[in-house]
Amino acid sequence: MKLTKALNRSLWAFHFNSGSCNGCDIEIVATLTPRYDLERFGVKLVGSPRHADVLLVTGPVTSQMADRLRRVYAQMPGPKVAMVIGTCGLSGGIFSTSYNLAGPVDQIIPVDVYVPGCAPRPEAIIQGVVTVIAKLERLEVGERND
Amino acid sequence: MTAKKVPYIVPVGPIHPALKEPVHIELTVSGEEVISADFTPGQTHRGIEWMGLSRNPVQIVHLTDRICGICGVTHSLAFARAVEQIADITVPERADYVRTIIAEFERIQSHLLWAGVAAHELGFDTLFYLAWRVREGAMDAIELISGNRVNYDIIQIGGVRRDITEDQFEPIRRCLANYKDLFGKLKMLFLEDAVINSRCKGAGRLSFEKAMAYSTVGPTARASGCTADLRADYPYAAYGDLNVKPVLPTVYSNDINGDTYDRIVVRIFEIAQSIEIIEECLANMPVGRILWEEKVAGILAACKKAKGEAVGLHEAPRGECLHYVAMDLAEIPIAWKVKASSYSNLHVWPLILKGAQLADIPIIVASIDPCLSCTDRVVVTDAAAGRTKIFTKEELTRLSYEKTRRLMQ
Repeated sequence: MKLTKALNRSLWAFHFNSGSCNGCDIEIVATLTPRYDLERFGVKLVGSPRHADVLLVTGPVTSQMADRLRRVYAQMPGPKVAMVIGTCGLSGGIFSTSYNLAGPVDQIIPVDVYVPGCAPRPEAIIQGVVTVIAKLERLEVGERND
Repeated sequence: MTAKKVPYIVPVGPIHPALKEPVHIELTVSGEEVISADFTPGQTHRGIEWMGLSRNPVQIVHLTDRICGICGVTHSLAFARAVEQIADITVPERADYVRTIIAEFERIQSHLLWAGVAAHELGFDTLFYLAWRVREGAMDAIELISGNRVNYDIIQIGGVRRDITEDQFEPIRRCLANYKDLFGKLKMLFLEDAVINSRCKGAGRLSFEKAMAYSTVGPTARASGCTADLRADYPYAAYGDLNVKPVLPTVYSNDINGDTYDRIVVRIFEIAQSIEIIEECLANMPVGRILWEEKVAGILAACKKAKGEAVGLHEAPRGECLHYVAMDLAEIPIAWKVKASSYSNLHVWPLILKGAQLADIPIIVASIDPCLSCTDRVVVTDAAAGRTKIFTKEELTRLSYEKTRRLMQ
């Protein structure tokens, strides 16, 4: 990763809660606020998927939220990456036996980066973001996103 | 033509960045004023109760932790108390104190989290960042005690899974001392600030009678003058040894208005109360075991012999949390029902949103500290004309910010 060039623009993220317990969601905010302060690298949450480079998905995707997740992902301009935060978005985790799940997330939309943990620590989320930056760099030079 | 202009129906959600959880709110508006409001929860339904009915109580405790990531100990404590009553398990005194300490730390972090979000809804982001920085102190203490920042997994049927050791007392006391130093600053920033005063006073007013009629709980009820607080009314864990008095808005001002400002007052002063409770618990910590039975097999054997039903209660940061459990001589419960505190409080939304201005919606919706998240767009539907205008969450927030600016000029 070329750190200096990678940070030549700010990553904007849109947060999508697909039925999570809130644990990962508050850790995302904790990551952005002064203790961990991801905002110093220009990473910030935006209010619309149309402005976002990164989609942060938390939760196991309940059946009510599946279509909304698809629509939100479709609204994002490319190059875009999707990041799953938390074990339940990865595999269903503790909720895997539920009758109301359409997920995990990668059954609904293509996922680029997984951050495991219940809930992942802010350090783990930062590591995920660094991975996302590297991936976006590759996408920008023309690599296909499959 | 006039009939085509009003009323407008404004659906909000289910995705809304400020509140972190999906919920759908539908508002009928005339100009800037809300005429009526309705909401549809259920987007985060994961069928947890149903999943619980194929697991044993020791496994369910981990599931209860993940009902809500902010109230990490609330649900597990209420559930454990219900099972302990059915199986006739006596929790060791020391475990009761550890439970109380972690529950109060949870209250501190939850109220600070809420205070930050409330400031953000008003466009006061400096205060949002300050509240979240201050909150990290409580998160450090929770991590020190339980090993986790969220979803602590510290409660076990019949006690707690981790003790607070002697060398942990010092960092916990340091954390509390730090909060005591900061309290005056927090009080000044949240209660004396011109922005918060002008936006929150009179907004989302809930009368005492309505608060009682709608069975609201927690800070929402106390801000309207109800003295309901389980820690004082039905003491459990270590609360019986402590003198907990419900915090009412009268601790700060002379009258009770039941508005958003009063809800801030109650939560800010509850932080101070929690600090005192933790200090008292640390000073009077009994020695002894932390578990009724250390081996999981022993706990499950007791559950197998249990027959009956019970209700477990806990005063969560948001109010009363209730778990009903029924067991019938088997490891697996035959019934489990959860009533979270927000369930009681959400029903006042239609009431307190009525007559509010569109720009005040974010703060009023947030003022009851809903454990649900919504936002990203609002659709304004002109029903008669069949026109639809999409409002993004940003536009709503912008309306809110602009109102603050207008008031400050």
